[in-house]
Amino acid sequence: MDEFINLKETELRLGLPGTENVCEEKETVSCCNNSNKRALPSGSENETESSTRKTETSPPRKAQIVGWPPVRSYRIKNNIQTKKNETDHEVQGSYVKVSMDGAPYLRKIDPSCYKGYSELLKALEVMFKFSVGEYFEREGYKGSDFVPTYEDKDGDWMLVGDVPWEMFLCTCKRLRIMKGSEAKGLGCGV
Amino acid sequence: MTQDRSEMSEDDDDKQSPPLDLRSAAIAEPSSSSSSSSVVVVVDSTPNKSRNCISSSSSGSLTSQPFPDHVLENVLENVLQFLDSRCDRNAASLVCKSWWRVEASTRSEVFIGNCYALSPARLTQRFKRVSSFVLKGKPRFADFNLMPPDWGANFAPWVSTMAKAYPWLEKVDLKRMFVTDDDLALLADSFPGFKELILVCCEGFGTSGIAIVANKCRKLKVLDLIESEVTDDEVDWISCFPEDVTCLESLAFDCVEAPINFKALEGLVARSPFLKKLRLNRFVSLVELHRLLLGAPQLTSLGTGSFSHDEEPQSEQEPDYAAAFSACKSVVCLSGFRELMPEYLPAIYPVCANLTSLNFSYANISPDMFKPIIQNCHKLQVFWALDSICDEGLQAVAETCKELRELRIFPFDPREDSEGPVSEVGLQAISEGCRKLESILYFCQRMTNAAVIAMSENCPELTVFRLCIMGRHRPDHVTGKPMDEGFGAIVKNCKKLTRLAVSGLLTDQAFRYMGEYGKLVRTLSVAFAGDSDMALRHVLEGCPRLQKLEIRDSPFGDAALRSGMHRYYNMRFVWMSACSLSRGCCKDIASAMPNLVVEVIGSDDDDENRDYVETLYMYRSLDGPRKDAPKFVAIL
Repeated sequence: MDEFINLKETELRLGLPGTENVCEEKETVSCCNNSNKRALPSGSENETESSTRKTETSPPRKAQIVGWPPVRSYRIKNNIQTKKNETDHEVQGSYVKVSMDGAPYLRKIDPSCYKGYSELLKALEVMFKFSVGEYFEREGYKGSDFVPTYEDKDGDWMLVGDVPWEMFLCTCKRLRIMKGSEAKGLGCGV
Repeated sequence: MTQDRSEMSEDDDDKQSPPLDLRSAAIAEPSSSSSSSSVVVVVDSTPNKSRNCISSSSSGSLTSQPFPDHVLENVLENVLQFLDSRCDRNAASLVCKSWWRVEASTRSEVFIGNCYALSPARLTQRFKRVSSFVLKGKPRFADFNLMPPDWGANFAPWVSTMAKAYPWLEKVDLKRMFVTDDDLALLADSFPGFKELILVCCEGFGTSGIAIVANKCRKLKVLDLIESEVTDDEVDWISCFPEDVTCLESLAFDCVEAPINFKALEGLVARSPFLKKLRLNRFVSLVELHRLLLGAPQLTSLGTGSFSHDEEPQSEQEPDYAAAFSACKSVVCLSGFRELMPEYLPAIYPVCANLTSLNFSYANISPDMFKPIIQNCHKLQVFWALDSICDEGLQAVAETCKELRELRIFPFDPREDSEGPVSEVGLQAISEGCRKLESILYFCQRMTNAAVIAMSENCPELTVFRLCIMGRHRPDHVTGKPMDEGFGAIVKNCKKLTRLAVSGLLTDQAFRYMGEYGKLVRTLSVAFAGDSDMALRHVLEGCPRLQKLEIRDSPFGDAALRSGMHRYYNMRFVWMSACSLSRGCCKDIASAMPNLVVEVIGSDDDDENRDYVETLYMYRSLDGPRKDAPKFVAIL
């Protein structure tokens, strides 16, 4: 059921609606007029590489200059490590708590184990023995008292299914299956 | 606020250094200088008639005086003991031979700004009772890979000489030195009363060397490893500390990229009742930090380690991190957050109101995460962060941190063409909100003259202004003009300015301003700036206090270099790389100035006849050129 979510509609990309295949190329800027003898393609990340003194003809993209900007390699390494950790924490192996209104205890699942919303919801249905109804982009879930919601990074409670799956994986902090009157407040057709 | 070197590692060092003049009088020893940190070469001696003491001269004939009697020397000794500042001591040593001798015998703290300015032997010959030793090695641009490795700055000859001369040595503070495990072993063996080891931006050693120090220096109070490269020898150095109660007051190992034995650390902290400063590395998790905090509520300075955890905690019950922090009522300095999990950041709320120093520069925090924290930090004086806090975050700092003295904003993505989350907006806000600002380091992609001028007017206490516009030759992004007026305003309005780093599109005019107004500037960093030789000439002719000059990729040539010859003996060093210098000119300068060591550093060792000078590094020296220069260094 991959028509379940209309990915194209919610896809974020540059370009006017209705245009296809808009890709912005990075502006190619020729190197500055100053002598650029030590330009390296990826200078700042490799701390052991000595500067190679070669005169450059205009490179295809703005090449990195050795030692510029003047940030110690120690910091650069740490930033790379931070970036890596962030992607690790967000995407892989991060279990989130799942609560259901009225249930005596919570469960934990790893959303990244599932390929999409349909699989996730099916798993939840089995876990908590309920059924979730049908998702509509505008009205939300219809046909059931139970509504799956999740808490995002900003602390807001969102309806499961609105954003692309990958984005959901990154922003979902915990899940809550709302029930009954509280669920109605989320804009299911009144 | 005291400049605590072990807390923040950057190089705002000696604030005072006497401006020395080639023509100064009354040098006590004809063959040596009168101070360890400066060289004065006697060109001619002008006997000062008002002083009734011996003045030596190179010609050798002296007016004879009765030998100063012992009582006088004893009195002097008792008086000079109270002189701490090396500036004062240098001045005192210039009075006459007697004063020189007494000062040398009472100086216990020695500072050497350039390890190649003199030999270890000279140090031990002059100063007999040194207990504290500060030594700096490589020039700063070596941090940015502008110098090949193995250039030098070896600690070995210093430690071996001092081992024999100063068995009572208590403190060693090194910056940008090459230190081996053997050096550390010798240190640990030779100085039974050793108390403080501080290694800033050093390399060449590993955890095995640290283990030896930990084990043998029984009186160790301070072990601070700051931004140093420490190899992981897979040694459990924490367990090497002695079993009984330690004297430790400060333990900083946040730069050690090796796992540690947490249980041993816990035990160490438990038996270190005097421990005030503890900086953990990223291998200490949040849960472990929590346990340490419960056992060490007396800490004043804390480096929090990773501030995250690898796996999900076992139980639903997570430790009450906030409670642990609120028990630490004395914490005033907070850093770490190496792998920050932002959802745990609120745990530090209890200590925010007390903080005077906060270092978030390893944490990629967004403005939304940051603002609730900073809004509590009313006492903050030192703040380091990544530009991920954006202009919005800086505005929050400006609103709350009215006591701010030092600000450093580092780029999370340090490339020229990265997106710039901070700009002139943030700088302007800080200038309006933080009027007591003294020191700023600011990386950005866009800047305007207006904001820089505003800062020059709003922050009269500025002594350090370092602005790095990451795109080379980038003009004011609103007016399209060079950044001359902005930097001009800084040198003109900030009357206390001693350190300046410039960037962006700059013409000779900017340097004209520097020469005209930068009368107290001691350190100047220039990159990708200026149009012609005149720029450098303005600075060399106009800035009498200039001590450290580092220039890269700027169009300055031989004429400019020659114009500064009257200055070089009074400077600690000059660095010029990727400029327009010729080997011939450097050779001329080397011949004309025998006490100047002129190093030409290049990677092309085949081409000895090449006239173009890739890197020039020159510095004064009392003991001639060094003997340990590697092949790629030519000393002219």
